[in-house]
Order: sequence, then structure tokens, then C-alpha cells
Amino acid sequence: MSGKVLQLSQKMPAARRRQIAPNGVIGITVFCLTETMFFAGLISAHTLFRMQTTATDGWPPPGQPRLPIEETALNSAALLASGVFLFVAHQRYRAAASTAMRPMLASLFLGAFFVIFQGVEWVALLGEGLTMTSSAHGGFFYLIVGMHAIHAAAGLLVLGWAYLRLRRAELVLSQLLTVEIFWYFVVLLWPILYWRVYL
Amino acid sequence: MAEPAQESESHGAEDHGHGHDDHHQESWFIHYCWSTDHKMIAMQYMFTGMAMAIIGGFMAYVFRMQLAFPGIEVPGFGQVSPTEYNSLVTNHGAIMIFWVAMPVLIAAFGNYLIPLMLGCDDMVFPRLNRLSYQIFLISAIVLLGSFFVEGGAFGGAWTAYPPLSSKAEYNMTPLGAPLWVIAVGLEFVAFLLGGINFVTTAMNSRAPGMKMFDIPIVIWMIVIASILFMASVGPLIAGAIMLVFDQTAGTGFFDPDKGGDPVLWQHLFWFFGHPEVYVVLLPAVGIVAEIITVFSRKKLFGYKTVIFTALATGLLSFFVWAHHQFISGIDPRMANVFTVTTVLISVPIAEMMFVYIATLYGGSIRLTTPMLWALSFIFAFIIGGVTGIFLGASGSDIYFHDTYFVLAHFHYTFYPIAILSVFAGVTYWYPKMFGTMLNETLGKIHFWLTFIPYNCIFIPLFMLGLGGQHRRIWSYENFPELARPEYYALREFATISLVIMLLAQFIFIFNFFWSLKSGKKAGANPWKACTLEWTTDQTPPGHGNWKELPTCYRGPYEFSVPGREKDYWPQNEPEPEPEPSAS
Repeated sequence: MSGKVLQLSQKMPAARRRQIAPNGVIGITVFCLTETMFFAGLISAHTLFRMQTTATDGWPPPGQPRLPIEETALNSAALLASGVFLFVAHQRYRAAASTAMRPMLASLFLGAFFVIFQGVEWVALLGEGLTMTSSAHGGFFYLIVGMHAIHAAAGLLVLGWAYLRLRRAELVLSQLLTVEIFWYFVVLLWPILYWRVYL
Repeated sequence: MAEPAQESESHGAEDHGHGHDDHHQESWFIHYCWSTDHKMIAMQYMFTGMAMAIIGGFMAYVFRMQLAFPGIEVPGFGQVSPTEYNSLVTNHGAIMIFWVAMPVLIAAFGNYLIPLMLGCDDMVFPRLNRLSYQIFLISAIVLLGSFFVEGGAFGGAWTAYPPLSSKAEYNMTPLGAPLWVIAVGLEFVAFLLGGINFVTTAMNSRAPGMKMFDIPIVIWMIVIASILFMASVGPLIAGAIMLVFDQTAGTGFFDPDKGGDPVLWQHLFWFFGHPEVYVVLLPAVGIVAEIITVFSRKKLFGYKTVIFTALATGLLSFFVWAHHQFISGIDPRMANVFTVTTVLISVPIAEMMFVYIATLYGGSIRLTTPMLWALSFIFAFIIGGVTGIFLGASGSDIYFHDTYFVLAHFHYTFYPIAILSVFAGVTYWYPKMFGTMLNETLGKIHFWLTFIPYNCIFIPLFMLGLGGQHRRIWSYENFPELARPEYYALREFATISLVIMLLAQFIFIFNFFWSLKSGKKAGANPWKACTLEWTTDQTPPGHGNWKELPTCYRGPYEFSVPGREKDYWPQNEPEPEPEPSAS
């Protein structure tokens, strides 16, 4: 180190400990990226399986029911709307926290509708003979959609928690952001799953 | 972030809001088993990992005895049946990688070093950290418990290829196989939580003034390794869930009868499995980097080179997985591509080894115990790397596949990682962890009695592999060409070396506990190192690590700076007054 360097460094302002983003935001982002890889694994496995089956037996595999594409499209719209409402809630929260309650409640209800509708659809499909063991097709369907449903249910729990804190005026921005990132992950993942599994 | 959050998530643990030096009474259980303190969690990981290492080493002893002296009553175990042999080799591999290398290298050293080297009081998510260890402990219990269920522990090799792993009528362990997969899955959840914690802490909690390139190499390596782990583990967890469903619910993901594909598992497994090698390698080379610079009293040669080579290795490691599958019936054109990427990945790692050798060159080397371990790591890992080239090339791999050549090769990579570098790290940071010095004489005896027998185990296995000895065979009695006396001589030599090496570990255990009580007091900075963990007020560091958290002024390896009286310059020492302090 030359004397010149020492001179320069002494003029530097006192260094501070800096956060890049709130801890929760970084943590949940890393988590969602890991989850993305998890679903990428499932989807690539399903894609390979589908390519092989289409080449030999056609799609859907013989003896297996057709998936309810139209009803699920409607349901997908409900989930996407839920994400939009959460975005609105975020904007309102930045302006005045108390006004965010209504869009957040709407987001919660639409999300719950999505999960319940999926459940109803599962019962119908089970009745038509598509089960986890009936073929690898059934197995992939219930596994991928079920894994997403578990994430959606977990997302609803944290959304509910955030809503309760918001009602008691205890919700801080970093918590809202953490919950939001996870819910956006659940919402934005779904169209990809819908495209790969249903269409 | 336009609007600062209201809560005080300044730089550390949220439940450290109370003063650090208040004398709150903690029960024994809370202090040792329910702690959120990163040092305690690191110790929990380290001791669990070492206990598992003893179990895994015992397994190696049992099956090596069976291989060298077939049908013998193994002292301490009894006769080894083929089923037991299979479950022992399977779980030896799984334990050594997932329950020894991962927890000790990443979780124990990561938890211990990240806050201390970055100059903060704890991890950012201390309760997540505690949960991480608890899940890890449960996973270890599930794995060991699988030895006591009906049918015994899983014996389908640690790679768990279906249909052997997915059908109970093939593997004959209806409970052991799903329990094994569940244990591995739980272990991954534990490390996922840990990895989130490591990355967030390294991003947000560095000491004031510590820029990206002031972070010690070992922290860089642990963080890169965590990112690699988290990026690669998802597909394997997906595969593991599918495998458990195949085993227990009767689905057919890997069953051709139901439209599934067994090779799919191999892709999912090795997509994780190969980056996993670098997940445990990178922390090991990080530990070695710290030790080599301190005991060469030289700046690390090419600090940034090490980081960029690690990043390059990490990236490339996602594109080499199919070199494990050259004879699985994959497309030969694909094998060509993966041969190229595999040979390519040796370039950054070789570069890293050259950096270490260049660091040694011209340094004033002190051959302390940690330094001996670090140097032996470089020696052994280079042998492992060079033999890997033959296996990465698909042409020669077709002959070498599943022979003892492969086995010896990966023991020349994993053994330096999981054993040599761990001993290097433990002997190096022991004074900081426990406040006393390890006995150097015992340490060196232990080193030589581990390192020489280690080579005596695996060099014969290279020869056996070249001679065509196949892996995972309980007894070679039925293979006349492999049951020749000269082959048995090599096997016996390897086994006797193994017994000597395992016995030598008692020296370490004795040294470890004897030095706790009777070792020389270490003082704050016994090795005269520059990084922040050597600047704590107390040794071992108390709760909260520092009374006043340190500020960082320079890089981590300022050794032998010209014009300074001392040959090291701690990171937290302010610049001298404008008046030159040369005396």
C-alpha cells in the first residue's frame, strides 16, 4: 500500500452496513428460485414422457379421459385475477395501508376458489377413471397439479396471515413483499403448468 | 426498496434484541439443543456429522473385511450376508456424502464461519437455522432407523436406480427403500433452509466496509456451493417424490409397463448428483485456501481467479451429468457432447489448483498440522482429478464403468473433500471454537497415520479396477478370473490399510477431548491470520460474537505487506494515522 492510497482511503466516508433488500425478500426469492427448479424437473420429466407416449400411443394415452381444458381455463383466470388483486393491494398499501384490505381479501377469496375448484375437478376425474396408478399419465397429472395445489394452499395461509396483520395495522412493507413474491410465484407458475399438462 | 421497512432487521438475529452480555439463565437443554446461536448450531452439525462419519467408517470396515476375507466372522459385526453387504455399501455412500460431507463442510463450517468472518452477530434467520438442524437430525434418525425395520435397510446403491429401488420384489426392502428416500429428502429440506440463510446473510450482513472482494474465499465458496445446491436439488426432489410414489402408492413413473421410463430417474438424479460433487468440493477448496495463505504468509495468488473459476465450475457442472450414463443407452451423440463438457470442467479446477501452488511458491511455509492436511488435500485431489479424465471420456469409460477404478477415482475426490479438508478446517479453527490449541505432535502422528494408509487403500483399488474388478459384488469366489491370489493380496493390503487408518482416528478423538481440558490456551489469534473471526473479544466467541461489531478496512489476505512491522494486517485494523508508523 503506497502512501497515496492511504490518503485516499481516509477521505472516504465512514462505511455503513448496507442491506441489498429486506432479509425476507431475499430469502423468499431464493426459495422461489429453488422451487422453480423443482417444477422444472417435474415439467421436463412430464414433457419427455408425453413426447414418448404421443409417438407410440397418441395423446391422451388410450383408455384415459380427456382433461377438462375449458373449465380449468376459467379457473386459471380466477387465479390470475387473484394475483392482480394482490398487486392492487400492494399499490394501495403504498398509498394508505388501510385501503389495501379489500383487494387483499378479494385476492384471498379468488385463490381459495381456485384450490376448491381444483378439488372438485379431481373428484370428477377420479370418477372417470383417471387415478395416480391408472397410468404414468394419471400419476404425472395428480403429482404436478397436486404439488401446485400444496403451494397454493400454503400461499393462502401466508396471505391470510398477512391479511390479519394488515387488519391490526401491524403489517410492514417487507412482510407484504415477502408474501407477495411467493403468491406471484404460485400464480405465474400455473399458466405454464396449464399449458404443459392440460393443453 | 423505496420505503424502509419499519421493523429493525438491521444486520442480525431478531431474537437478539436484548443485550448480548446479560446473564440470562438458560437450561442445559435450551443452551445445547434449542439454541438459535449460529456457533451452537454449527457444533450440533459438526458433532452429528462426525458421529455419522464413525458409523460410515464402521460400515466400510465391515464390507472391506468381507471383500478381503470372504465369509469371515467380522469382529464387531459377524458374518456379512449378501443383503447386509448391499445395504452397507449403499448406506456407506449415502452417509458419507449426505450426512458427513454436507453437514460438516457446508452446514458446520458455514454456520460457524459466515457470521464470524463477515463480522455480524448471527445468521439473519436464526430460528430457520435451528429448524434446519432439527430436520437434519430427524433425517439422520430416519436413515439409521431403516436398519431396524422389517427387511432391513435399502441396498440398491446410493444412486437408487429404478426398477431396483422402486419395486419391493426386486430390492426386498419394502420399508427400507422408502425410508431411505424420505431420509434423503428431509436432509435436502434441511440444507435448503440452511442455504437460504447463508445466501441472505452473505448479501445483507457484511461488516461495514466489507466489499464483495473483501470476503474471505471460504465464504465465497460456501455461498456459491449453497446456490449450486439449491439450483440443482429441485429436480432430484421431484424425482424422489416420484420414486416414493412408485414404491408406496403403486404409480408408474419409472415403470415401462405403465408408460414410465427408468432412465428418467438417472437424469433427475445426476442432474443433481454432479453439481453435488462441486457443492461439497467448493467449501473444501475454500478451507484449503484460507489455510494455505495463512501458513505461507503470502497473499492468495489470484483471489479473483479463484472466485471466477469457482463460478465457472458451478455453471459447467450443470452440463456434465450424463457422463454417469454413458452405458445407460443414451444417444451416442449426446455422449460426445457430455465428454467435451466433462473434460472442459477440469480446466477451471486445474486453474484453481495452480493458484494454490503459486500461493505456496516463495512463501515462508510453516508445516503445522492444518497446513499438512491442506497440502495433502491438493495432492490427493490432483490424483482424483487426473484419473477422472479417463472416466469423462466416453470411449474409455465404457471399459472403466462400474469398476473399482471408478470407485478409487471418486474416493480420491471425495476423501480429500470430506476427510482431509475437514481435518484441515477442524484443526485450523479448533483454537477459535474451543479456546485451546490441539496438540501438534499428536496431530502430526494422526495426519501421517491417516494419509499414508489412505493412499494404501485406494491405489491397490485402482489396480484392481484396471484388472476388471466390478463394483457392488459381495464375494468374488464365483468369478474365477477375479478370485486369483494376487487379486486377494491387493484386497487384503487395502483392507489392512483401512483398519490402520480407522484405528488412527482414535488418536484424533483423544487429542480432541484431551486438548479441550489440557491444551495450551490459544489466545485470540494463534495463527496470526487476518480474517475477522480472529478478532473477537473472547475466545471462544461469546453470544453475539463482538461487543462492538467490527468494521472492515481491507481484503482478507494482507500478509507480509512491505513496510509494516507485523507480517499480517487484520481486516478490522484502521488505517494508520497519516504519520508513517515505520519504526
